[in-house]
Amino acid sequence: MDITWLLFLLPIASAAIGWLLLNKQHTLAAYLSTASVIATFVISVSMLLAGKDTQASFNWASVGDFHVKIGFMADQMARGMMIVVTGVGMLVHVFSLPYMKKDAAKARYFACLSLFMFSMTGIVLSDNFLMTFMFWELVGLSSYLLIGHWYQKESAADAAKKAFLTNRIGDFGFMIGILMIWGIAGSVSFAGIADWASHVGTLTPLMTATLGAATLCIFCGAIGKSAQMPLHVWLPDAMEGPTPVSALIHAATMVAAGIFMMVRFFTCFETGEAHGAPEADHAAVSLIPSFAWTTIAVIGIVTSLAAAFMATQQDDIKKILAYSTLSQLGYMVMAVGLQGSEASMFHLYTHAWFKALLFLGSGAVIYACHHEQNIWKMGGLLKKMPITAITFLIATLALAGFPMTAGFFSKEQILHVANHQGGMLFFIPTVLVAILTTFYMFRLVFVVFFGKNRSENAEHAHEVGPLMFIPLIALTVMAVIAGYEGIAGQMAPLFHHEKVNFGSIEFLSSIGAFIVGLVLAFVFYFNKDEDKLSGNVLSKVFANKFYIDEFYAKLVRVFQDAVAAVVHFFDEILIGGILVGGLSRSAAGFGALFRRLHSGNLQGYATLFGAGALLIIYLTVFVF
Amino acid sequence: MLLALVFIPIAAAIAIWAGSPARLTAIVAGIINLVLGLIAASSWLTNPEIGSVTYSVLSKPDIALSFSLYDGMSVVMLLLSVIVLAAAVFSGQCPAGREKLWYSNTLLIAAGAIGAFLSDDLFFFYAFHELALIPTFILIGTLGRRNRKAAAWKITIYLAFGSMVLLAGLLWLVSATEVSSLSFDTLLAASIPGEAQKGIAALLLIGFGTLISLFPFHSWAAPAYASAPAPVAMLHAGVLKKFGLYGLIRLFPLVSEGMQHWLIVLIVLLLGNIIWVGFVTLNQKRLDTMLGNSSVMHMGYVFLAIAALIAAGGEGNSLAIPAAVTLMFAHGVSIALLFALADKVEKQTGTLELQELGGLASKAPTLAFFFGLAGMASIGLPGLANFSGEILVFLSGFANYDPAKGFGPVQIATIIALWGVVISAVYMLRAFRQTFQGPEASSVKSAKNLSLLELAPIGLLTLALLAVGLYPNLILQLLK
Repeated sequence: MDITWLLFLLPIASAAIGWLLLNKQHTLAAYLSTASVIATFVISVSMLLAGKDTQASFNWASVGDFHVKIGFMADQMARGMMIVVTGVGMLVHVFSLPYMKKDAAKARYFACLSLFMFSMTGIVLSDNFLMTFMFWELVGLSSYLLIGHWYQKESAADAAKKAFLTNRIGDFGFMIGILMIWGIAGSVSFAGIADWASHVGTLTPLMTATLGAATLCIFCGAIGKSAQMPLHVWLPDAMEGPTPVSALIHAATMVAAGIFMMVRFFTCFETGEAHGAPEADHAAVSLIPSFAWTTIAVIGIVTSLAAAFMATQQDDIKKILAYSTLSQLGYMVMAVGLQGSEASMFHLYTHAWFKALLFLGSGAVIYACHHEQNIWKMGGLLKKMPITAITFLIATLALAGFPMTAGFFSKEQILHVANHQGGMLFFIPTVLVAILTTFYMFRLVFVVFFGKNRSENAEHAHEVGPLMFIPLIALTVMAVIAGYEGIAGQMAPLFHHEKVNFGSIEFLSSIGAFIVGLVLAFVFYFNKDEDKLSGNVLSKVFANKFYIDEFYAKLVRVFQDAVAAVVHFFDEILIGGILVGGLSRSAAGFGALFRRLHSGNLQGYATLFGAGALLIIYLTVFVF
Repeated sequence: MLLALVFIPIAAAIAIWAGSPARLTAIVAGIINLVLGLIAASSWLTNPEIGSVTYSVLSKPDIALSFSLYDGMSVVMLLLSVIVLAAAVFSGQCPAGREKLWYSNTLLIAAGAIGAFLSDDLFFFYAFHELALIPTFILIGTLGRRNRKAAAWKITIYLAFGSMVLLAGLLWLVSATEVSSLSFDTLLAASIPGEAQKGIAALLLIGFGTLISLFPFHSWAAPAYASAPAPVAMLHAGVLKKFGLYGLIRLFPLVSEGMQHWLIVLIVLLLGNIIWVGFVTLNQKRLDTMLGNSSVMHMGYVFLAIAALIAAGGEGNSLAIPAAVTLMFAHGVSIALLFALADKVEKQTGTLELQELGGLASKAPTLAFFFGLAGMASIGLPGLANFSGEILVFLSGFANYDPAKGFGPVQIATIIALWGVVISAVYMLRAFRQTFQGPEASSVKSAKNLSLLELAPIGLLTLALLAVGLYPNLILQLLK
């Protein structure tokens, strides 16, 4: 048996054992789950070092010649992604040990983390769309369970439900897309689709349009999972879950699954490289019509920009990071849409490290401040918890794309793609997002870590223990070094080295954006006790997320609930009353007749009905 | 062996009337049947003739009391019946002093269902189903909840109507084939002229359709299941309702041309099940009527596979029947589990009004776990049986899709039907949220967790959902 199967077996076994058998021995369940993730990390590293593509599968559902397969395809992209998933996963598990120490349902928490590791592994290693879809739903389940970990709280229960349902809407499109691709390419496996793409030649206009539509349907799945507009509303609410969960699932890995899946899909069409004929590359890529590409890119940049604006006026530390995640995911989606898969995957990879660090850092802050999440009730924490503060600052620099951090290299590539493949229409908003990113992140840093303590909780805060700061330090190392060619060349999925050109417009705007953002944040927020920018109309619009949630709530009320009520009404009146009422009245008349003739109670009628029916059959059959 | 599967429940029912301890007898019969059913199914793979018996009843026309495992579909339905029966005899809260009525009738429903699925003679196929309906009516009418009389009347009238239309269709079918025997072998070897097929197909669709709660003949189902004692709801929604689907698929080859005429009608009606009833389900304020409506809604997906089969015509669609049968099994097990669990919720809290419930998971975590699992199964979570069925149904909808020609009616229906997956997630998560999550409502203050004995039937049904969900080939290998 291939050792890769252990990547599936270990987490699912520890989830099942932890939840079902160890729900009284909480600590044991936590250690079991942590041990399993460490083992999967070691296996992933060994696979990375071996550098060999492996593959295996079995038939999960077979009807005649048709098979749905479950298996794995550990190519370079999957192996790199596994390092991110198990690496961040491992650190989050360790961080959770003290963070969730006093939680009454610790066993369930760790079991769900293991369930998540299992599901995410399935997405990364999947070799076909149906398997991807199955594990896609399962990460949705683990996300639902973990967001709703404190289900006794109304807000957590509602947020969990919202996340699941919003994702379901995306998956509605995703499934249609898979079915269409199956019809078009005759296969749901990535190899099968690639094979079709390299042999199909030119397509008729109808086929091209159908393929474009199928691409966009598949992209719906990514819109849901990676929280792109218009389905982004679940991610900020998902911050109701425990903070380590936000770090792992809602920042580093699961939300990136949408990008991973789209890149998987598009690489099926880059047949040139696989067959050593680069000139065939473009012919295959152009199978997918440009309207599909453009739509994806536009959704990405719009999400990125809108989320960045929203982030500037949030006061909850986790909400700021959540909108920042939305915004960065928008970057990646835009890059995918501009046919820059490598840049997108590179940013996914670096972002995973420093965004996980930011969330874990915020977790440490929240933990130290007794579950205070409002940044205006913190302040001056640099002196109270220096390790957390410094690691957080480094992660902020990485997110802002400060030169020589990991984020700098990947942001360069994003800017490059925006400029060269998108043009000014994409490049200008991309730079604007970069300015806003630096601005809202330093707003957070200045308010939380500098100035004076603004609450009792902040005054009493002190540095967290080693099990919490060791993961922070490990992630800080990655946030700095992950982007260099020596490291990224080994680990980053689909890494494509691009030398930084220090005279280019991308570099200059990146530096410019950093400086502008930093100066603005300094002017408005350094050593300030209140938000000078809040209170006006614009800030209200940002703080209320452009009122999109309210709009949806209304939409749901008007359409879904009203339609349900109307349908219910008609169901009673029309179908229950008139259509079938006539029938039941005549039948009831029959019944009354029988009642008069016979015993009159229900049992009598029922018996009679049965006997009568039998008699009728006997007689009629005899006649023939 | 097949004879025993039918007559053990009947014998047990008679024994109960004769004075043997009701609950114990029923449980023993249920377990023996489960074991026998599993043995029969696994031996069928190597010996398809296993346990076949034939007793001639009439010679002109040839009618025989004849049991066999006719094909994989019969095997799967047998498995479904014995699994749900074994769980049903454990479930529900029988009022004191009514044990005889409760348990004997429960057994008779199962006997009727098993008899119908094992009969390979059209006459007994029909007759056994009628036999199963009578105890269903009786139990709902006498031991049901809330407005049981009205619900019992409604289901009786509807199903009597359905059965009559069906009977007319079957008689026409038999006369049109001009054969002298009612065995499936003889019937299915015959052919029916095109003109007659059209009419027969319509009668079968309405007749079977009413029994399956096809829109708009569905409104009997939700109130009946809501009033029915738990074992009746489990056996009817879980098992007996599949009789109609089984019959449609069984007789389909005889009227495949005739069905073509009704393809669009059927598609509209099945979307009525999925979308219309889906919205009706969204509007339910009680857990039991919500589950009843959801069961109606999910029938639409099985009809979708049948529509795909019809639309394929001569081309054939090898996915459709395995898809339909897998989903029939999955739906049967999951709805039985949900009704069993809803009964526990009522037992612990005294109410099924969603408004009055809340936070039950804190008091009864095991109950919440299994309800969550069953709910996830019913909304098609991968790893649980319903997904295996649904994904095959959707694939069967696209099996004959030709992108060069664009979408046909079945593809459009599949896409609309997929929206139902969103609808069912909304009502199921809403109900789970309302019942189990949030702060504790006053109704749950004294609620207790599931006991070990209560766990037995629930565990059995859960195991079945997991087995087919994790590895659908378990079922599919029977359906080659």
